[in-house]
Amino acid sequence: MLQRSWPAEGVTRVPYWVYQDEEVYTEEQEKIFRGATWNYLCLEAELAEPQSFLTTFVGDMPVVVTRDAQGALHAWENRCAHRGALVCMQARGKAERFTCIYHNWTYDHAGNLATVAFRRGIAGKGGMPADAKPESQAPKKLRVSSIHGLVFGTLSDKAPSLDDYIGPEILPRIKRVMKKPVKLLGIYTQVLPNNWKLYMDNVKDTYHASLLHLFFTKFRINRLTQKGGVFVSRDGAHHCTYTEMVEDLGDAYEKDGMRTAGSSLNQFQLEAPEVLEQVDELGDGVAIQILSMFPGFVLHQIRNSLAARQVVPKGIDRTELHWTLFGFEDDDEAMQRRRLLQANLVGPAGYISMEDGAATGFVQRGVAGSPERASVIEMGGSTIGSGDSRITETAVRGLWQTWRRHMSL
Amino acid sequence: MELQHAVERLHAHYAHALDADRLEDWPGFFTENGVYRIATAENEARGLPLPVLYAEGRAMLRDRIAALRHANIYEPQRYRHLVSCSLVESKDGKTAISMSNFLVIRVMENGETLLFACGRYLDRVALLPEPRYEERVVICDSRRFDTLLAIPL
Repeated sequence: MLQRSWPAEGVTRVPYWVYQDEEVYTEEQEKIFRGATWNYLCLEAELAEPQSFLTTFVGDMPVVVTRDAQGALHAWENRCAHRGALVCMQARGKAERFTCIYHNWTYDHAGNLATVAFRRGIAGKGGMPADAKPESQAPKKLRVSSIHGLVFGTLSDKAPSLDDYIGPEILPRIKRVMKKPVKLLGIYTQVLPNNWKLYMDNVKDTYHASLLHLFFTKFRINRLTQKGGVFVSRDGAHHCTYTEMVEDLGDAYEKDGMRTAGSSLNQFQLEAPEVLEQVDELGDGVAIQILSMFPGFVLHQIRNSLAARQVVPKGIDRTELHWTLFGFEDDDEAMQRRRLLQANLVGPAGYISMEDGAATGFVQRGVAGSPERASVIEMGGSTIGSGDSRITETAVRGLWQTWRRHMSL
Repeated sequence: MELQHAVERLHAHYAHALDADRLEDWPGFFTENGVYRIATAENEARGLPLPVLYAEGRAMLRDRIAALRHANIYEPQRYRHLVSCSLVESKDGKTAISMSNFLVIRVMENGETLLFACGRYLDRVALLPEPRYEERVVICDSRRFDTLLAIPL
């Protein structure tokens, strides 16, 4: 049990030891990633064919996700029952069964131990005793559930159904994006020099976007003065923020001299603004929607760029962000080209996303000497809930309320 | 030999311009409609079209540099390019195809030095009036990028 005390202010403070402490990290693995949460695994489109598989992670735990010959999805720990070696080494592929290379033990698509090499020995010699129970150490199985083409898994019997876990505030916002069969465009990984929670914190922070990302503000893609809002699930765990396409003609950022508004010395303009041209394909006039689910899933629509982001912790100060960009199966050539041009907005080289990697790393370094100090999270007061202003840190407070509940802190 | 030399000189000038922070020179290494694309070997092998960075024509290339200079916030950093093993061919003397290996080392202001990227340049070079890239495709061997990719490869 962790002995840590939270600042007396409660939800408006987050002490910096949460990003620094090895013990906290270890306990998060058990109580959050292997606890009563649903973790994003992949797109169904990545396992389109029977007997296909891919490997991923739930927290630190390596996981194999499969579609069996009958079409059912499974996920199980990528650990052999025998000596604990990885059963599946490849990133993805198709297989009739899975064979641990170490001693040739095999598994079916559901992660059941199928055969043990020379279990009965040869010619009456060697082998395991008849009462041996190697199955007792079989890989853990995840409960798998998929929603609108997104596959999630949980290791806990206590997690509610995926629908109930997500809740009525956020579910329709997932459906809104995943409205048609999707087509995979590609994947890559951005390695962030910070704790995983700093990234989730950044995603849920609706206040930062137009202040950090000059691209959003200067080109009037996302200003806090534009019509939009934030949804937070009842328990605070998940959030969704959106901005409408209606152009903001105001000068709030210019009057207050915000860096991201540009200045008379900084007359940055795009020569080829087609990189930003949006078609209202979802039909509701929303320019940007950023959605997050606890603990480590993000779904984005930034104009016509669509992507799932999986947050994979790799130690207290290192996080992998697995980006999966997609379009729809019925995209025409013009839409595909638009999505590929708008890929310039996101990912490690993204005009917008590159700065999130920088900012969160600055926090990890900035707080190195002050584990006892805390973040001030008082934009929008101290409540947690939905609203029509994004000058708020309500979703960030929701994250920490949820984190503390899981960690009993 | 003349062809090999001409294309290798283009590669060398390109690398020196980026490494010396002469980013404004970068679009000039391309033809007016030149295409620049960074991709990963993994996506390419799977036939997936996703670029890490993609620009069609000098206007988009200039936008990328203008954004780095005036819009994007990132920590000061430099690259050192090592480009080698160029195989160059031309059938008509007007256009050449070139494949080279590259290694890019990233050096931060505090001296932290990292092998940032390696892979292949797949180029189509217009030879006249002087060699310029009609297309430069940067295939990174790894799917993984540390923190951010600001300066082009």
